[in-house]
Amino acid sequence: MADASLSAPAPKLTSGFRASLPVLFLLVAGFLAPLVTVAAYAFATPKSFDVFRSFTLQNFAAIFDPNNTVWTSFVWALALAFACVAILLVVCYPIAFGLNKVFGKWSGLVSVLFVFPLFVSENVRLYGWVLFFIKNGVLDGALKWLGFSGGPELLYTPGITLFGMVYVYLPFMLFPMTLGIAMIPRDLVDAASDLGAGRFMIWREIELPLAMPGILIGALLTFVLSAGAVAEAKILGGQSVITITQDIEVAFTYAQNWPMGSALALILVLIVSGLALTAMARLDLDKILGKR
Amino acid sequence: MQTVGRTRTHFLIRAWTTFVVLAIYLPIACGALAGLSKGRYFAFPIRIFSTEWWGKTWDSLEIHVLVQNSVLIALIVTVLSVLFAFFGALAFARYPWKGRRAFQRLLLLPIFFPQPVLGLALLLWFNALGISPTWKTAVVAHLVWIVPVVTLVIAIQVFSFDPVLEEAASDLGASRLFTLRTVTLPILWPGIWSGALFAFLLSWGNFPLSLYTAGADSTIPKWLYSKMVAGYTPMVPALGTMSTLTAAALLLGGGLIRLLLRRRAELREREG
Repeated sequence: MADASLSAPAPKLTSGFRASLPVLFLLVAGFLAPLVTVAAYAFATPKSFDVFRSFTLQNFAAIFDPNNTVWTSFVWALALAFACVAILLVVCYPIAFGLNKVFGKWSGLVSVLFVFPLFVSENVRLYGWVLFFIKNGVLDGALKWLGFSGGPELLYTPGITLFGMVYVYLPFMLFPMTLGIAMIPRDLVDAASDLGAGRFMIWREIELPLAMPGILIGALLTFVLSAGAVAEAKILGGQSVITITQDIEVAFTYAQNWPMGSALALILVLIVSGLALTAMARLDLDKILGKR
Repeated sequence: MQTVGRTRTHFLIRAWTTFVVLAIYLPIACGALAGLSKGRYFAFPIRIFSTEWWGKTWDSLEIHVLVQNSVLIALIVTVLSVLFAFFGALAFARYPWKGRRAFQRLLLLPIFFPQPVLGLALLLWFNALGISPTWKTAVVAHLVWIVPVVTLVIAIQVFSFDPVLEEAASDLGASRLFTLRTVTLPILWPGIWSGALFAFLLSWGNFPLSLYTAGADSTIPKWLYSKMVAGYTPMVPALGTMSTLTAAALLLGGGLIRLLLRRRAELREREG
């Protein structure tokens, strides 16, 4: 040991570091480098491709110009994301609780039922809702067949966009939450109950704080993903709401204004990653993933 | 009193879960219905059922190319991501090393990132490198998102694994490679298998990354989207349903194999 450290002045590679190298390489080349490119483009001359050769704040000036209405897209995206997280917290908690404490041997099957939709692309699933809600679709047709005057016109509204987000991102809330609730030790709840704590008190004082890391991860994940969502607004919302990702996409494609698109993307990434990193810094991933 | 309240809560939880599961599968069922109706335009209740559109979809040469692209991308992504993620999971969960916590957080970032934005950023990056996007760049894009997911899946298995076993093997004189083959891999197989299944299925169903990074090449989700936006034909729900059924079959088959793997591992453990 002593010999090795003397004869090797170069820093010794530990097994862990060596094992991390392939993934590190992928993440640097496929994740960090693209983000740096986006950041560089954000400071390039508008409507040009002069990346790394020009430096200007014109793109940001244009975004923060009071006459520019692009801020509404940011507001929509963030508001929809907040609403989506709030709804999912309520929708998923009983299910996550059930997966841990109620379903017993069925919980494996129930989990699979919730995982499977992740493998069906979201546009197919959202389009299924279009077929459900559209005029002469499943809902409208079924109501007419039953003698009613037809279904409500829900499609192509902001509300249905939110519904689509809740639908698509449900598993991303459910599974971290389930892991969180799994971290509540049973004997602690029993002990509190023996000492006379009520159901609500146990939930507030014991279950919720102990499950918090998982719940927090779920909330964060769904917030980030829904803040950058675009398919829901396009397929179900019929563009009644323009989210920020759609503005970014338009700048990158039809408008051919990559510097503007990059500036918008950079702002979104800063908001999202600022949130993600602050929350993640407080979590112990080893414990959540079940390290013994 | 306590138990009555408890039974009622449990009943409500079961009812709510059933309701949500049904809601999750409702649109998939609607798509299946639309693909099986005879007319050019969808109307409910369906008057005449027919497999006409399934037949047309099955025979279409355009769709054969899509399926080939999707399968090819998913297969390459599966192999590469398992290789990357196997080592990534060891770094994530097995070895105590200095940069581990930072590595764990870095690994999560691509998962905590909106995929459409990631796709657009990659498009910019490929362009800056002078690479024109094709299905090969889509493979890279899929890897950036899928490798972290597969790493987590395998890491969960690694956490349940006692490093003492590896140390014992090496104390008894086993070489590194021999230890890997006879101790580490057999214990990690179920995790690796799940990871591979996840990789294939996530790549198969991925839409936002393929949309921006596959260039002129199309995959099944990308083609479906282009038809949803402009030019609906019943081939859209028909192909969507076929793709969903393929994923379901793979998940079912994969789950069965995983069960067998686990049973074999348990048997081996018992024998000794």
